[in-house]
Amino acid sequence: MYRYDEFDHTLVAERVATFRRQVARRLSGDLSEDQFKPLRLMNGLYLQLHAYMLRVNIPYGCLSSRQLRQLAFIARRYDRNFGHFTTRQNIQYNWIKLDETPDVLAALAAVEMNAMQSSGNCVRNITADQFAGRAQDEIEDPRPWCELIRQWSILHPEFSYLPRKFKIAVSGAPQDRAAVKLHDVGLYLRPNGAGVIGFEVIVGGGQGRLPYVGHTIREWLAKEDLLSYLEAILRIYNLGGRRDNPQKARIKVQVNALGAEEFRRLVDEEWEQIRFTPQLTVPRAEIERITAYFADPAWEQLTDASATVARQRSADPAFDVWNRANVVAHRRPGYAIVNLSLKAPGIAPGDLTADQMDKVAELTDRFSLGELRVSHRQNLVFPDVQQVDLQALWQALQGVSLATPNIGTLTDIIACPGLDFCALANARAIPVAQDIGRHFTDVAALQDIGELTINISGCMNACGHHHVGHIGILGVEKNGLEFYQLTLGGSSGEDASLGDRLGRSISAAEVPVAIEAIVTRYKALREGEERFLDTYRRVGLEPFKEAVYGQNPPRRQAVA
Amino acid sequence: MDPTGQMVLANRLADGQVVFLATDGSWVEDIARGALARDAVAAQRLLADAQLAESRNVVVEPYLIDIRDAAGRRQPVAFREAIRAAGPTVRTDLEG
Repeated sequence: MYRYDEFDHTLVAERVATFRRQVARRLSGDLSEDQFKPLRLMNGLYLQLHAYMLRVNIPYGCLSSRQLRQLAFIARRYDRNFGHFTTRQNIQYNWIKLDETPDVLAALAAVEMNAMQSSGNCVRNITADQFAGRAQDEIEDPRPWCELIRQWSILHPEFSYLPRKFKIAVSGAPQDRAAVKLHDVGLYLRPNGAGVIGFEVIVGGGQGRLPYVGHTIREWLAKEDLLSYLEAILRIYNLGGRRDNPQKARIKVQVNALGAEEFRRLVDEEWEQIRFTPQLTVPRAEIERITAYFADPAWEQLTDASATVARQRSADPAFDVWNRANVVAHRRPGYAIVNLSLKAPGIAPGDLTADQMDKVAELTDRFSLGELRVSHRQNLVFPDVQQVDLQALWQALQGVSLATPNIGTLTDIIACPGLDFCALANARAIPVAQDIGRHFTDVAALQDIGELTINISGCMNACGHHHVGHIGILGVEKNGLEFYQLTLGGSSGEDASLGDRLGRSISAAEVPVAIEAIVTRYKALREGEERFLDTYRRVGLEPFKEAVYGQNPPRRQAVA
Repeated sequence: MDPTGQMVLANRLADGQVVFLATDGSWVEDIARGALARDAVAAQRLLADAQLAESRNVVVEPYLIDIRDAAGRRQPVAFREAIRAAGPTVRTDLEG
């Protein structure tokens, strides 16, 4: 993992001290709310429905056990004993007090964490494949590049007041697990024709009220040109992005108004001016210095233990089911990647209690070399588990309700905080996810349905990624009541697509029944090994529309 | 259902807690102890008091909400305000 150097420590410590003074001036009345609001947002502090909410950066989803223990301490000491992992691989605390926030930031700084630029119109936390450095299909580890971009974008003087927020994701694998094409800038590490690895550069993706899949504006960019090219993109956006209407201020609107070709031309023109600027040319030694932080950990020399695991699996069906759903092949013989599901039936997706955090930290040290990851699908990952330890880990995870075997199935739901917490929401999201989780508890049935993502947002801002769920659910408000619009056919993968609206919105009580109808129809229509998404793309909306709204629509009593 | 009156709701500055303006000018967490304005004139007077408190940095973003009577208890008419007044409908196991 990256470790703060002296410069990082000083920067974060000074930022905490500055914010402590700003909070004191706000509490004494020297600063008005209008003056203070942009200052607190720059430090990740929102004012939500019930309290202040603090969003803490987890850079590209990487956490150490020591950091997780500190997050548990903060949850206990300053919040209500839990935290919520988000679709940007961050953690949010929902009950932070303003007058205690500087102490929370100081506690974070003590373990090399911060909340800088987790809000505001600036470059946000860089996200990445949660299996970075471990996946079998990976071409190159994206984390050193994420770290380089983080350092370039933190307190970048030119890009601290962009027209709107700016999100960057990086993946080094052909299978996209990081929703790269739905970002303001998405980067895939790819070889060119000569086998040299560089970046495919995608711009203008995004969700929200105006969703777009991003456009590739450069098939291949040399690594040494990364920062100058990003600088050119940000500069074109900063100068030309709309500032008159926040709904139209993201780069996706600019790219789609100009057309990807024209946007590329403007970027290239700017890039030619700046590409050899010394401060944008990162010395090879610096890249090597950063890359060294992400060197392979102290793996043992092991041989593949699949045969042992297979024997254990055949002796224990529940262990077998968990392996099938939650364990992923590792690039190192004798090791496995393990997903910890934060989607136990009836639990708010992404929530983890302080006690669970402490237990996970202990298990991280015992089973995964002291490091874990957060996925954008709001789960945790142990990247380095010995295959021979899988059964012991599984048993330990069961004790803290983190062994639900549902990764990639329809109860592995993304849900934003919704109207239970968020000041922007129109409808609740968490209870809908909980209802679906309680409705589909048969593990064998879930595995028979196979890969099927459900994403739920409580408003058009789409923090719950509803546009790209295989089944998307959007909460809307009608005459003071909550209703939900379903979309089908979205994908956040390398085959990214936006979902199609199924029909009229339905009540919360009808949602699980509608999902059941969609799944039943899919099972009747699927051919061979087709996933739900494949079947949907082959047959289209109509069969599912008929299943949900047909002559005998599944319907329960609507409730407020 | 028609509202029976209006109350002022805000976040308390120091901790963000949802609070209601009371008749004595204090801010209370219990909706039953807040001031209920039964006509528009009284409501505007309440709001003016709240805005004064906002300018004195006691609360943030005060505004009027419609209240109805629900079996003898005060209930915000709008769904959003009902959740603000009562707290989240989830994670009730982890009350502070």
